[in-house]
Amino acid sequence: MDTGTKGGTGEPGWVGLPGGLLRLRRTLLAFWCALFAVATGLLLGLLVGPAWAAVGAFWLAAGVWGWVLIGRNWRSWRYAERADDLLISRGVLWREQTVVPYGRMQLVEVTSGPVERRFGLASLQLHTAAAATDARIPGLVPAEAERLRDRLAALGEARSAGL
Amino acid sequence: MAERRLHPFTPLRRAWVPIAATVGILAQQGDRAARWMADLSTPLRLVTLVGVVLVFGVYGFLSWWFTHYAVTDTELRIRTGLLFRRTAHIRLDRLQAVDVTRPLLARLTGVASLRLDVIGTEEKDRLAFLGEKEAVALRAELLARAAGFAPEEAVRLGEAPQRELLRVAPRELAVSLVLSLGVWAALAGGIVAPFFVWWISSSPWAAVVTLLPMLGAVWAATVGRFLTEYDWRVAESPDGLRLDHGMLDRAHETVPPGRVQTVRIVEPLLWRRSDRVRVELAVAGSKNEVLVPVASRAAAYAVIARVLPGVDLAGLSFSGSPDTGSRWVVPVWWKGYALALSPEVFAARHGRLCRRTEIVPHAKVQSVRFTQGPWARARGVADVHVDTGANGTVTARLRAAAEAAQLLHDQAARSHTSRATARPDRWMTSPDPDA
Repeated sequence: MDTGTKGGTGEPGWVGLPGGLLRLRRTLLAFWCALFAVATGLLLGLLVGPAWAAVGAFWLAAGVWGWVLIGRNWRSWRYAERADDLLISRGVLWREQTVVPYGRMQLVEVTSGPVERRFGLASLQLHTAAAATDARIPGLVPAEAERLRDRLAALGEARSAGL
Repeated sequence: MAERRLHPFTPLRRAWVPIAATVGILAQQGDRAARWMADLSTPLRLVTLVGVVLVFGVYGFLSWWFTHYAVTDTELRIRTGLLFRRTAHIRLDRLQAVDVTRPLLARLTGVASLRLDVIGTEEKDRLAFLGEKEAVALRAELLARAAGFAPEEAVRLGEAPQRELLRVAPRELAVSLVLSLGVWAALAGGIVAPFFVWWISSSPWAAVVTLLPMLGAVWAATVGRFLTEYDWRVAESPDGLRLDHGMLDRAHETVPPGRVQTVRIVEPLLWRRSDRVRVELAVAGSKNEVLVPVASRAAAYAVIARVLPGVDLAGLSFSGSPDTGSRWVVPVWWKGYALALSPEVFAARHGRLCRRTEIVPHAKVQSVRFTQGPWARARGVADVHVDTGANGTVTARLRAAAEAAQLLHDQAARSHTSRATARPDRWMTSPDPDA
């Protein structure tokens, strides 16, 4: 068994998220923005005056902004499996990096909601004895999520330690 | 495996609770209950009273009769319930602490209750009540078995011998409370707030309504604290540190070695002149918080050395946050942040008035996180959080960004190499140089 990555292992092998999550989020955003834009436009157009219907365009602008933000956020998500721990990095403005040693994992869960399933996605969540540990990888391809789950569970068992 | 019952006093004590609740409800209903009572004739009243006592007495008796406990090689089994059966099997090697508490009423009747701390359960299992001697013996047996002794040996060993490490004199405790700003703040708040409410609402009743909870808070911060921390004794025994304290309710707690997740050293402003400190603990699954309510720094460090063996606290050298960036992220208070690392522990300090130093052994680190907001990034600083099993997080705030990024990886590496050398859960099963 490897003894561990002591200090400098160099750059870890980062893996980004597959495109599914980006598509899912952008589809949802487009759907809701279009709905709100039409609703606002119709409501104001009918109740106040036709010119006011243009306010609905506000939602379209918000949608474009959100489109860009979602893209940036999606690009920021990445994870790396190292010899002894899992590294997750995310966030554009509020950056966060989490390291969870394999031996500390209590439970690895793969979840997939109805919308996620429609887009062929699954999320992976790691739990340690600390509730504050926030180690989640959303939007993985189910096969990859399952591979990761099995690997992490096996590694966790091999290196397990008490509390 | 011999099943045992609780102390025969238990049904009396159990029956008291619903009887007191009934009386309480009657008192709250006030005049309606009084009118209802007046309608009844004297013998009928007597019959009602006897009925109430009988019903709850039988309830108390049955709940006692159907509660059994047994100690096996690996588990403590508690079987309880008449209608709703409940069987709890508590794994001894997961036992975090066993506390004997003797509330005032129980002290008068010579019984005690045993509380079992296990990770992950919110509701703590209790054995209430046992005879005082029996409780102490059972506690010793449980801890000895949890430590990995053979069953016969565990019974024979009985109470492990103990050596007193520290005792807090009542005078010292009183002085420390007088010198703490929190107590004065609670007092000042308790006096000012009702007057303020009175002045605002010009209704004395509103003032009384605010006064009552305030009085509760002031009581808890002053007299209540004095009563619980009175005659605080820390002793060392092979099954862990023993804490004995309390004036009216005596509590007898044990902290098994190797179960401490975080040690917090608190130095309030006014204590620093005389170099006194308070030491708090975080143990996973345990409610015990205080290790030493007040002591001189040297004495406190000597006690901490028992909890975290091999850690040189006096040798920790703290480095502050970089002043160029930090002063714009957290004005004034940035000066309080500092971090020290040793081969054994991660120690972060914060606070200026009341200085708190939190110490986590590397072996207890569950995960490490690096966070950086936009403003902090513009100033070139970042925070590193270390999560522990006691649902606590220790944060080293405002480190230089490059240092923080390096710290994240180093800390993760330290945490898993340090864990490999940590002691086993059954701490007596391996040769241990510290014991």
